Amino acid sequence: MQLIINDTPQQFAQGLTVSQLLEALKQPALGVAVAVNAQVVSKSQWSQTRLQEADRITLFKVVAGG
Amino acid sequence: MLNDQDFMRYSRHLMLEDIEEAGQQRLKQAKVLIIGLGGLGSVAAHYLAGAGVGKLVLADGDKVDVTNLHRQPLFDSFSIGYNKAEQAKRRLACVNPHIDIEAFERNLDASNLLEQISHCQLVLDCTDNMASRQAINAACYQAGVPLLVGAAIRFEGQFLALNPAQSHGCYRCLYHPEQSPSMNCTNSGVVGPVVGIVGLMQALEAIKYLTGAGSVPFGQLKLFDAKVHQWQSLGLNKDPHCPVCGDQPCN
Repeated sequence: MQLIINDTPQQFAQGLTVSQLLEALKQPALGVAVAVNAQVVSKSQWSQTRLQEADRITLFKVVAGG
Repeated sequence: MLNDQDFMRYSRHLMLEDIEEAGQQRLKQAKVLIIGLGGLGSVAAHYLAGAGVGKLVLADGDKVDVTNLHRQPLFDSFSIGYNKAEQAKRRLACVNPHIDIEAFERNLDASNLLEQISHCQLVLDCTDNMASRQAINAACYQAGVPLLVGAAIRFEGQFLALNPAQSHGCYRCLYHPEQSPSMNCTNSGVVGPVVGIVGLMQALEAIKYLTGAGSVPFGQLKLFDAKVHQWQSLGLNKDPHCPVCGDQPCN
Protein backbone atom coordinates (compact mmCIF):
# COMPACT_ATOMS: atom_id res chain seq x y z
CA MET A 1 0.00 0.00 0.00
CA GLN A 2 1.04 3.58 -0.48
CA LEU A 3 1.63 5.88 2.50
CA ILE A 4 2.61 9.53 2.36
CA ILE A 5 5.55 9.99 4.73
CA ASN A 6 6.23 13.69 5.41
CA ASP A 7 4.83 14.57 1.96
CA THR A 8 6.73 11.80 0.13
CA PRO A 9 4.79 8.74 -1.16
CA GLN A 10 6.33 5.35 -0.32
CA GLN A 11 5.21 1.72 -0.74
CA PHE A 12 4.74 -0.60 2.25
CA ALA A 13 3.21 -4.00 3.02
CA GLN A 14 -0.55 -4.07 3.73
CA GLY A 15 -1.78 -3.78 7.32
CA LEU A 16 1.39 -2.25 8.77
CA THR A 17 1.15 -0.83 12.31
CA VAL A 18 2.76 2.46 13.35
CA SER A 19 5.42 0.48 15.29
CA GLN A 20 6.21 -1.62 12.22
CA LEU A 21 6.37 1.49 10.06
CA LEU A 22 8.92 3.14 12.38
CA GLU A 23 10.96 -0.06 12.27
CA ALA A 24 10.78 -0.18 8.47
CA LEU A 25 11.88 3.45 8.30
CA LYS A 26 14.77 2.66 10.71
CA GLN A 27 13.69 5.43 13.06
CA PRO A 28 15.57 5.74 16.36
CA ALA A 29 13.79 4.30 19.41
CA LEU A 30 13.84 7.65 21.22
CA GLY A 31 13.04 11.20 20.25
CA VAL A 32 10.48 10.50 17.50
CA ALA A 33 6.72 11.12 17.49
CA VAL A 34 4.05 10.27 14.90
CA ALA A 35 0.82 11.69 13.57
CA VAL A 36 -1.53 9.90 11.16
CA ASN A 37 -3.73 12.12 9.02
CA ALA A 38 -2.79 15.13 11.20
CA GLN A 39 -3.76 13.41 14.49
CA VAL A 40 -1.01 12.58 16.98
CA VAL A 41 -0.80 8.86 17.82
CA SER A 42 0.28 8.35 21.45
CA LYS A 43 3.20 5.98 21.91
CA SER A 44 0.99 3.55 23.85
CA GLN A 45 -1.13 3.16 20.68
CA TRP A 46 1.69 2.60 18.18
CA SER A 47 1.56 -1.20 18.22
CA GLN A 48 -2.26 -1.27 17.83
CA THR A 49 -2.69 1.43 15.20
CA ARG A 50 -2.95 -0.12 11.73
CA LEU A 51 -2.29 2.08 8.75
CA GLN A 52 -4.53 2.31 5.69
CA GLU A 53 -3.87 3.00 2.03
CA ALA A 54 -3.03 6.68 1.39
CA ASP A 55 -2.64 7.58 5.09
CA ARG A 56 -0.60 10.73 5.56
CA ILE A 57 2.13 10.14 8.14
CA THR A 58 3.91 12.99 9.91
CA LEU A 59 7.14 12.01 11.61
CA PHE A 60 8.41 14.72 13.93
CA LYS A 61 10.97 15.09 16.66
CA VAL A 62 10.29 15.25 20.36
CA VAL A 63 11.50 18.73 21.30
CA ALA A 64 11.87 19.58 24.98
CA GLY A 65 14.47 22.37 24.86
CA GLY A 66 13.91 26.03 25.51
CA MET B 1 -10.35 49.62 37.60
CA LEU B 2 -7.95 51.09 35.09
CA ASN B 3 -6.40 54.42 36.13
CA ASP B 4 -5.22 57.36 33.98
CA GLN B 5 -1.72 55.93 33.65
CA ASP B 6 -3.20 52.63 32.49
CA PHE B 7 -5.26 54.34 29.79
CA MET B 8 -2.09 55.92 28.40
CA ARG B 9 0.18 52.90 28.78
CA TYR B 10 -2.25 50.36 27.30
CA SER B 11 -3.86 52.66 24.73
CA ARG B 12 -2.83 50.40 21.82
CA HIS B 13 -4.69 47.52 23.45
CA LEU B 14 -7.67 49.65 24.38
CA MET B 15 -8.26 50.70 20.79
CA LEU B 16 -8.66 47.05 19.75
CA GLU B 17 -12.30 46.04 19.84
CA ASP B 18 -11.33 42.47 20.86
CA ILE B 19 -9.58 43.73 24.00
CA GLU B 20 -10.93 47.17 24.99
CA GLU B 21 -11.20 48.21 28.61
CA ALA B 22 -12.78 44.96 29.81
CA GLY B 23 -9.98 42.85 28.36
CA GLN B 24 -7.28 45.10 29.77
CA GLN B 25 -8.98 44.93 33.15
CA ARG B 26 -8.85 41.12 32.95
CA LEU B 27 -5.12 41.28 32.21
CA LYS B 28 -4.63 43.55 35.22
CA GLN B 29 -6.44 41.06 37.49
CA ALA B 30 -4.62 38.01 36.13
CA LYS B 31 -1.87 36.00 37.79
CA VAL B 32 0.39 34.05 35.45
CA LEU B 33 3.18 31.62 36.34
CA ILE B 34 6.16 31.45 33.99
CA ILE B 35 8.38 28.43 34.66
CA GLY B 36 11.81 28.87 33.09
CA LEU B 37 13.33 32.24 32.13
CA GLY B 38 15.50 31.09 29.25
CA GLY B 39 14.92 31.68 25.54
CA LEU B 40 11.16 31.06 25.81
CA GLY B 41 10.42 32.57 29.20
CA SER B 42 12.48 35.74 28.88
CA VAL B 43 10.63 36.66 25.68
CA ALA B 44 7.17 35.66 26.94
CA ALA B 45 7.69 37.42 30.29
CA HIS B 46 8.78 40.64 28.59
CA TYR B 47 5.59 40.83 26.53
CA LEU B 48 3.26 39.81 29.36
CA ALA B 49 4.81 42.43 31.64
CA GLY B 50 4.42 45.04 28.92
CA ALA B 51 0.85 43.91 28.29
CA GLY B 52 -0.06 44.65 31.91
CA VAL B 53 -0.60 41.18 33.38
CA GLY B 54 -1.16 42.23 36.99
CA LYS B 55 0.83 39.47 38.69
CA LEU B 56 3.72 37.56 37.17
CA VAL B 57 5.39 34.74 39.04
CA LEU B 58 8.81 33.86 37.59
CA ALA B 59 10.62 30.65 38.53
CA ASP B 60 14.11 29.60 37.50
CA GLY B 61 17.03 28.28 39.52
CA ASP B 62 19.62 28.88 36.78
CA LYS B 63 22.17 31.64 36.51
CA VAL B 64 22.71 33.73 33.37
CA ASP B 65 25.58 32.44 31.24
CA VAL B 66 27.32 34.18 28.35
CA THR B 67 25.99 31.46 25.98
CA ASN B 68 22.40 32.55 26.83
CA LEU B 69 22.74 36.08 25.52
CA HIS B 70 22.08 35.33 21.83
CA ARG B 71 18.50 34.36 22.62
CA GLN B 72 17.50 35.71 26.05
CA PRO B 73 16.92 39.43 25.55
CA LEU B 74 16.04 40.20 29.18
CA PHE B 75 19.69 39.71 30.07
CA ASP B 76 22.94 41.47 29.22
CA SER B 77 26.63 41.17 30.02
CA PHE B 78 26.04 42.59 33.49
CA SER B 79 23.54 39.78 34.27
CA ILE B 80 26.11 36.99 33.86
CA GLY B 81 26.43 34.89 37.00
CA TYR B 82 23.19 36.16 38.54
CA ASN B 83 19.93 34.23 38.94
CA LYS B 84 17.64 34.44 35.91
CA ALA B 85 14.37 34.93 37.80
CA GLU B 86 15.85 37.73 39.89
CA GLN B 87 17.47 39.42 36.88
CA ALA B 88 14.23 39.08 34.91
CA LYS B 89 12.26 40.65 37.75
CA ARG B 90 14.66 43.63 37.91
CA ARG B 91 14.44 44.20 34.17
CA LEU B 92 10.65 43.74 33.97
CA ALA B 93 10.11 46.16 36.83
CA CYS B 94 11.67 48.79 34.52
CA VAL B 95 9.52 47.68 31.57
CA ASN B 96 6.36 48.01 33.65
CA PRO B 97 6.56 49.34 37.22
CA HIS B 98 2.79 49.03 37.68
CA ILE B 99 2.62 45.22 37.98
CA ASP B 100 3.57 42.80 40.77
CA ILE B 101 6.44 40.47 39.99
CA GLU B 102 7.45 37.60 42.22
CA ALA B 103 10.74 35.78 41.56
CA PHE B 104 11.50 32.22 42.70
CA GLU B 105 15.26 31.94 42.51
CA ARG B 106 15.14 28.15 42.49
CA ASN B 107 13.45 25.51 40.38
CA LEU B 108 9.93 24.61 41.51
CA ASP B 109 9.75 21.01 42.68
CA ALA B 110 7.19 18.50 43.89
CA SER B 111 6.89 20.33 47.22
CA ASN B 112 5.68 23.65 45.78
CA LEU B 113 4.80 23.19 42.09
CA LEU B 114 1.15 22.27 42.61
CA GLU B 115 0.62 25.02 45.17
CA GLN B 116 2.09 27.71 42.92
CA ILE B 117 0.09 26.49 39.92
CA SER B 118 -3.19 26.33 41.82
CA HIS B 119 -2.92 30.06 42.65
CA CYS B 120 -2.59 31.07 39.00
CA GLN B 121 -5.00 31.42 36.09
CA LEU B 122 -2.50 30.32 33.50
CA VAL B 123 0.90 28.62 33.37
CA LEU B 124 3.62 28.96 30.72
CA ASP B 125 5.97 25.98 30.46
CA CYS B 126 9.22 27.56 29.30
CA THR B 127 11.51 24.86 30.69
CA ASP B 128 14.20 22.91 28.88
CA ASN B 129 13.74 19.28 29.86
CA MET B 130 11.20 16.44 29.66
CA ALA B 131 10.98 15.68 33.40
CA SER B 132 9.96 19.26 34.27
CA ARG B 133 7.47 19.34 31.40
CA GLN B 134 5.77 16.13 32.55
CA ALA B 135 5.60 17.39 36.16
CA ILE B 136 4.13 20.75 35.12
CA ASN B 137 1.53 19.05 32.88
CA ALA B 138 0.46 16.69 35.68
CA ALA B 139 0.18 19.53 38.21
CA CYS B 140 -1.82 21.73 35.80
CA TYR B 141 -4.27 18.88 35.17
CA GLN B 142 -4.56 18.21 38.89
CA ALA B 143 -5.22 21.90 39.58
CA GLY B 144 -7.37 22.42 36.46
CA VAL B 145 -5.22 25.32 35.25
CA PRO B 146 -4.60 25.89 31.49
CA LEU B 147 -1.04 25.47 30.26
CA LEU B 148 0.83 26.93 27.29
CA VAL B 149 3.79 24.74 26.37
CA GLY B 150 6.64 26.03 24.21
CA ALA B 151 9.77 24.18 23.10
CA ALA B 152 12.57 24.76 20.60
CA ILE B 153 15.84 23.33 19.42
CA ARG B 154 18.08 23.97 16.38
CA PHE B 155 15.66 25.26 13.67
CA GLU B 156 12.53 23.61 15.14
CA GLY B 157 9.84 25.04 17.38
CA GLN B 158 6.76 23.48 19.00
CA PHE B 159 3.78 25.11 20.69
CA LEU B 160 0.86 23.41 22.46
CA ALA B 161 -2.03 24.98 24.39
CA LEU B 162 -3.75 22.70 26.91
CA ASN B 163 -6.97 23.23 28.82
CA PRO B 164 -7.80 20.58 31.44
CA ALA B 165 -11.48 21.56 31.14
CA GLN B 166 -11.55 20.42 27.49
CA SER B 167 -11.55 16.89 26.09
CA HIS B 168 -8.31 16.96 24.06
CA GLY B 169 -5.17 15.08 25.12
CA CYS B 170 -2.47 16.41 27.44
CA TYR B 171 1.33 16.65 27.25
CA ARG B 172 1.62 13.07 28.55
CA CYS B 173 -0.58 11.92 25.63
CA LEU B 174 1.74 13.78 23.24
CA TYR B 175 5.00 12.48 24.67
CA HIS B 176 5.63 9.50 26.88
CA PRO B 177 8.47 10.36 29.29
CA GLU B 178 10.60 7.61 27.73
CA GLN B 179 10.39 9.30 24.31
CA SER B 180 12.64 11.96 25.80
CA PRO B 181 15.40 12.98 23.42
CA SER B 182 18.95 13.38 24.63
CA MET B 183 19.14 16.62 22.65
CA ASN B 184 18.85 20.04 24.27
CA CYS B 185 19.98 23.56 23.41
CA THR B 186 23.23 23.01 25.31
CA ASN B 187 24.34 20.01 23.26
CA SER B 188 22.45 20.57 19.98
CA GLY B 189 22.22 24.34 19.61
CA VAL B 190 19.32 26.62 18.72
CA VAL B 191 18.85 29.66 16.50
CA GLY B 192 17.89 32.58 18.74
CA PRO B 193 14.82 33.80 16.82
CA VAL B 194 13.32 30.28 16.63
CA VAL B 195 13.00 29.98 20.39
CA GLY B 196 11.94 33.64 20.52
CA ILE B 197 9.11 33.03 18.04
CA VAL B 198 7.77 30.19 20.19
CA GLY B 199 8.04 32.35 23.34
CA LEU B 200 6.07 35.04 21.51
CA MET B 201 3.39 32.47 20.62
CA GLN B 202 3.09 31.66 24.32
CA ALA B 203 2.74 35.37 25.16
CA LEU B 204 0.24 35.94 22.34
CA GLU B 205 -2.00 33.02 23.31
CA ALA B 206 -1.75 34.05 26.99
CA ILE B 207 -3.04 37.53 26.11
CA LYS B 208 -5.83 36.02 23.98
CA TYR B 209 -6.82 33.58 26.71
CA LEU B 210 -6.84 36.18 29.47
CA THR B 211 -8.66 38.89 27.51
CA GLY B 212 -11.03 36.54 25.70
CA ALA B 213 -9.88 37.85 22.29
CA GLY B 214 -10.10 35.36 19.44
CA SER B 215 -9.73 31.66 20.14
CA VAL B 216 -6.80 29.75 21.64
CA PRO B 217 -5.89 26.59 19.65
CA PHE B 218 -6.29 24.22 22.60
CA GLY B 219 -5.33 20.63 21.85
CA GLN B 220 -3.46 21.40 18.63
CA LEU B 221 0.26 20.84 18.40
CA LYS B 222 1.88 23.55 16.28
CA LEU B 223 5.15 22.55 14.65
CA PHE B 224 7.41 25.27 13.26
CA ASP B 225 10.10 24.35 10.75
CA ALA B 226 12.23 27.47 10.51
CA LYS B 227 14.40 26.16 7.68
CA VAL B 228 11.49 26.21 5.23
CA HIS B 229 9.39 28.71 7.24
CA GLN B 230 6.39 26.41 7.64
CA TRP B 231 3.87 25.83 10.41
CA GLN B 232 2.01 22.54 10.69
CA SER B 233 -0.97 21.81 12.94
CA LEU B 234 -1.68 18.36 14.43
CA GLY B 235 -4.68 17.32 16.53
CA LEU B 236 -4.05 15.75 19.93
CA ASN B 237 -6.63 13.28 21.21
CA LYS B 238 -6.65 11.77 24.69
CA ASP B 239 -4.62 8.61 25.08
CA PRO B 240 -7.21 6.30 26.71
CA HIS B 241 -4.46 4.92 28.96
CA CYS B 242 -3.04 8.30 29.94
CA PRO B 243 -2.17 8.30 33.68
CA VAL B 244 -2.66 12.09 33.79
CA CYS B 245 -5.84 12.88 31.84
CA GLY B 246 -7.16 9.42 30.86
CA ASP B 247 -10.42 7.85 31.94
CA GLN B 248 -8.86 6.24 34.99
CA PRO B 249 -6.20 8.68 36.16
CA CYS B 250 -3.83 7.43 38.83
CA ASN B 251 -1.97 10.44 40.15
